[in-house]
Amino acid sequence: MTAGLGDTAERMARLPADVPKNAVIVTRNLQRDYDMGGEVVHALRGVDLAIRQNEFVAIMGASGSGKSTLMNLIGCLDSPTGGEYWLNGHRVSELGDDELARIRNKEIGFVFQTFNLLPRASALHNVELPLVYAGMGARERRAAAADALTRVGLQDRMEHRPNELSGGQRQRVAIARALVNRPSILLADEPTGNLDSATSEEIMALFEGLHRDGQTIVLVTHETDIAAHALRQVHLKDGRVERDFVTGRTA
Amino acid sequence: MLVGETLAVALSSIRSNALRSVLTMLGIIIGVGAVITMVALGSGAQKAVEERIAALGANVFTVFAGQGRSGAVMITDRTILSTDDYEALERDATLLKAVVPEAQSSQQVVFGNQNRNLNIIGTTAEYVDVHNYTVPYGRMFTNGDDASRQRYAVLGSSVPEELGANPAAMIHQTLLIRGIPFEIVGVLSAKGAAGGFQNPDEQILIPLHTAQYRVFGSKRLRSMSIQVKDSVPIEQGMVDLERVLRRQHHIRPGGENDFIIRNQQDVLQTQQQATQVFTTLLASIAAVSLVVGGIGIMNIMLVSVTERTREIGVRKALGATRGNILLQFLIEALTLCILGGAIGILLGVGTTVVLARVMQWNTLISPLAVVVAFGFSALVGLFFGIWPARRAARLDPIVALRYE
Repeated sequence: MTAGLGDTAERMARLPADVPKNAVIVTRNLQRDYDMGGEVVHALRGVDLAIRQNEFVAIMGASGSGKSTLMNLIGCLDSPTGGEYWLNGHRVSELGDDELARIRNKEIGFVFQTFNLLPRASALHNVELPLVYAGMGARERRAAAADALTRVGLQDRMEHRPNELSGGQRQRVAIARALVNRPSILLADEPTGNLDSATSEEIMALFEGLHRDGQTIVLVTHETDIAAHALRQVHLKDGRVERDFVTGRTA
Repeated sequence: MLVGETLAVALSSIRSNALRSVLTMLGIIIGVGAVITMVALGSGAQKAVEERIAALGANVFTVFAGQGRSGAVMITDRTILSTDDYEALERDATLLKAVVPEAQSSQQVVFGNQNRNLNIIGTTAEYVDVHNYTVPYGRMFTNGDDASRQRYAVLGSSVPEELGANPAAMIHQTLLIRGIPFEIVGVLSAKGAAGGFQNPDEQILIPLHTAQYRVFGSKRLRSMSIQVKDSVPIEQGMVDLERVLRRQHHIRPGGENDFIIRNQQDVLQTQQQATQVFTTLLASIAAVSLVVGGIGIMNIMLVSVTERTREIGVRKALGATRGNILLQFLIEALTLCILGGAIGILLGVGTTVVLARVMQWNTLISPLAVVVAFGFSALVGLFFGIWPARRAARLDPIVALRYE
């Protein structure tokens, strides 16, 4: 599987010919079936999607539309039962467990609705965590984590534990953690779902800033006003892409 | 992931659940402590026996009166060892360095207002040398004292305490044995009661002839301790004694001995083997508690995995491989066991020291037992930690992230 983790340009060259060369995410007829006690549920029935570098995409859909399944597949937390998926040129659909873990570590920054910070660790330590698994040395790690926290405006809160922080601050820590490995995509799953509207706006402004700095962002949400911050919306219904359009908003 | 990082995570997790961690470790603590204490007690007993073997000297054996036979009927009370046998040995045996007659009787002893029933041994001056005693207070009576039937008494080391007096102060004082006044001339060194039926420190020595004519009124001897000449093998000494005693007792060729020769070393060696078996048994029982402790660790680790399902999900999402998660939980289980093992060593050594001081038991802390107990507890951690750790490592990150 070393071929899958080689040089980025080399990997990009192996993408299908009809795919834009600056695509970070490419899916082809992506399918995911679940076996629910003998009954097969088709959560995704063939999704074709291409997301380019520095896009800001919102994936939308009602519950049961398959958006969580698609997010899990894009996030390399799950493997498709059919079709193909390339992430930054890695043919992810072919990879095993440990390779998927490495891809998640290097290519994806997760932001969750419930923040999912380690409750007993300081903000700094939480942000360091992906670097620990990347095998980075302690000193380098601290510097990078401090950098990321500064980027989200928490330079004064580094030694605080999650329970000493507000919801918005916690989500900023989570965003710093997602950014610290310089991932090719930032994958946010309902990032404002547990926040009040004012804080939600702050967080979305932060996302917009990151996007301006060149970050590719995929946002999964069911709230239209949150999705409105994205430059492109992909609507799912019954496991298929229903609509895929660029919004009027310009960066 | 670096082992150091994982260790830090494990330690912080143990610290944040301090009470639970201590309770979990208790099994290992008690197990390791028990193994060390049991082995220390066993080794101590063994060492005491070994010391007694060494103290006996290689060239000493004992002869007791045996069972007499008249046809097929056993007659025990007719065979005796008597002072005649002793004199015959002194006269005719050629390979024996010393023959120490030991007449014994339990008698009432009165000292001041104290009144005790103690073992009185009528013997000769050689008793002290053959049995490896020293006389720290006063002196042993001499063979001249014996010949002139002096009423001298030499006390075993625990007799002064028994009679409530200071050993040094008792010298030249008078005590009554069966109402007869004796002058205390000496106090013997301590031997310890390890093995045997009577405590050799709780007896009083008096000259043989004094015992025979003034106290017991009998020529009967309980036993004789025989020391073989230095260059003579002990077996040859036994043959020499047999020759003399058989003639003395008029036993025909082919007839059975009416006396029993016992080599104390053989007795002690048997005892040593018994101690060894005993030690092994105790240590095995203690080891069982170590295994039970390990099961406790496994139980708590399984709970911990369930409790931290979400944390595992987060770690996996951030790039932890199965190996990382496995290592994390394994190190946590190992840390619990090793910490418990270390505390158990302290507990075991502490208990051993207390038993040695307070109960006056023979103990010997074996470094090997400490190392083995510690290593075993680490193995227990590894063995019982691996299953919960594998369970954690195999969790599906999606399911784990959604776990409430």
